[in-house]
Amino acid sequence: MPLPKGIRKISDTVWEIPASFKPGMLVPARIYATERLLQEMDEGVFNQVTNVATLPGIVDYAFCMPDGHWGYGFPIGGVAAMDPRNGVISPGGIGFDINCGMRLLLTNLTEEEVRPRLRELVDGLFARVPAGVGCRGFIKLSPGRFRRVVEQGAPWAVREGYGWEEDLERTEERGCIAGADASKVSDRAVARGCEQVGTLGSGNHYLEIQVARPENIFDAELARAFGITLPNQVVVMFHCGSRGFGHQVASDYLMSFLKVMGPRYKIATPDRELACAPFASPEGQDYFAAMKCALNMSFANRQVIAHRIREVFSSVFRRDPRDLGMHQVYDVAHNTAKLERHLVDGKVRELLVHRKGATRAFGPGREELPEIYRETGQPVIIGGSMQTGSYLLAGTAGGRETFFSTAHGSGRSMSRHEAKRRFSGKKLEHDMEEHGICVRTACYSGLAEEAGAAYKDIDLVVGATELAGISRRVARLIPIGNVKG
Amino acid sequence: MSGYRFRGDVAIADVAFEAWGATLEELFVAAADATTNTLAENLEAIEDRERRPIRLEEQRADLLLFRLLEELIFLKDAEGLLLRVPAVRIHQRDGALILEAEARGEPLDPLRHHLQADVKAVTLHRLRVEQTARGWEASVVLDI
Repeated sequence: MPLPKGIRKISDTVWEIPASFKPGMLVPARIYATERLLQEMDEGVFNQVTNVATLPGIVDYAFCMPDGHWGYGFPIGGVAAMDPRNGVISPGGIGFDINCGMRLLLTNLTEEEVRPRLRELVDGLFARVPAGVGCRGFIKLSPGRFRRVVEQGAPWAVREGYGWEEDLERTEERGCIAGADASKVSDRAVARGCEQVGTLGSGNHYLEIQVARPENIFDAELARAFGITLPNQVVVMFHCGSRGFGHQVASDYLMSFLKVMGPRYKIATPDRELACAPFASPEGQDYFAAMKCALNMSFANRQVIAHRIREVFSSVFRRDPRDLGMHQVYDVAHNTAKLERHLVDGKVRELLVHRKGATRAFGPGREELPEIYRETGQPVIIGGSMQTGSYLLAGTAGGRETFFSTAHGSGRSMSRHEAKRRFSGKKLEHDMEEHGICVRTACYSGLAEEAGAAYKDIDLVVGATELAGISRRVARLIPIGNVKG
Repeated sequence: MSGYRFRGDVAIADVAFEAWGATLEELFVAAADATTNTLAENLEAIEDRERRPIRLEEQRADLLLFRLLEELIFLKDAEGLLLRVPAVRIHQRDGALILEAEARGEPLDPLRHHLQADVKAVTLHRLRVEQTARGWEASVVLDI
């Protein structure tokens, strides 16, 4: 792909497109990538990240992370901080799947102990964590009760017995962001979501049993601090979001912003998917309060799933999940907009940080981190493809240059259509089994779409974030069991 | 002549399709089928057991299509229904386009319908509805 005109190399991992590149850009765009990853990026990334740079109130730069590829409005991997006084909030900067995110649970089991029970575990997880098109959960909530749940998030789930109190401090925002207001959410969004708590969904959402092999530990001290202490220790990682509820909140406000931004606020955006409203406006505040409900729904969803995973392990090994050491490492969101305090030109300012397919990665010392991670920096969970593996990283002090943001996954390099044409789901399942990965899928064509070859090289993506200093590698985690939605 | 085809070169992470029809109404029916076909491989297996009336009003044809497809996604999650739209009626009143239709189908059945990818949302990305020499055409990207 030809690089955009005027792009300038700032360092081996930072590339800048100047504000003169396109009319209306208020700040330059900065792409974090090695030269190879930059060359592999699609044109949409350059077009969209420079579109983001035109949004009112943007501070410093429009960023794109190394796993960037085109998205809707923002590129996937897009990060933009807005001044909440005169800036905008845009659903396109958050994504349809609000608080799509990752959670990582530990066990004190080794691969050798888990292998003989792997099929049983994967079958159990497939049965207990609903996945696939239109899947519904085991918790039936009335619309009224669901509205209370989305204001309360993961603490609701823990109070109901789904999880442990300690899970909350190991969840971004303690699993409940303040200011969620369910009165700002449509009945349609509630109707879509109220039977979906505890479900994985489909597409690139998955649940994996993984192994931390000794040769894949990059920082033994941080790995220990995050609970990875045994050779070939087994962990469980999963990826899902706010399901139909969040999707509907995003769709509702996208339409509503589209109708008011021009006539009422005189804002014109280069792409309708960047529809936005001033953050301080009634519409902007309504969306912020509704979006927080979707954040909380997702935290509750992952909390319930974590509980089910513990139940499955407990039933297969006939031991209490606490005896199995099934503590949570962390839960991160990668589709959000949040008010955070950051240093800008030597002054601490409150900013509205949009992260779309990008993970918050606070470095050591940030007061938002729980005490257990205050010195280490935040655990960052990066999902790779189901064939190649995933990563556990840590936030660094160097992250301040991207408002403490890093990559979120490997990013696709091949379309779903093409992947389905090239790979057969059944053959892929067979190949994965041959490589020691036990798979259960709700849909074989969906499995083919998620083939490892359809994704960028996760090692390159993660390596670029480390080279850039915005996060550091702790461990690479290899899949041995996979449940695919 | 109406129909649709999926495109692999537009949406790497998601699903894009083009749909066409001799009339705007035919185009909408084809686009609804493309959306349901994204959810389920086997459209012919969807039986006419449940019906849901749909009435929508928009100023623009592309947003009217957006709303129709979104309705199918909504009913899939809210009621667990897999629906087709065999016919739509579109008329103009006071400058607005009004769509009336009856979606027909049945509860999702993974065994019979061969479910594929769940659709999160209809997007505005490159959303296009236009009249051409051959009739009407649309392009749509669905978020998966």
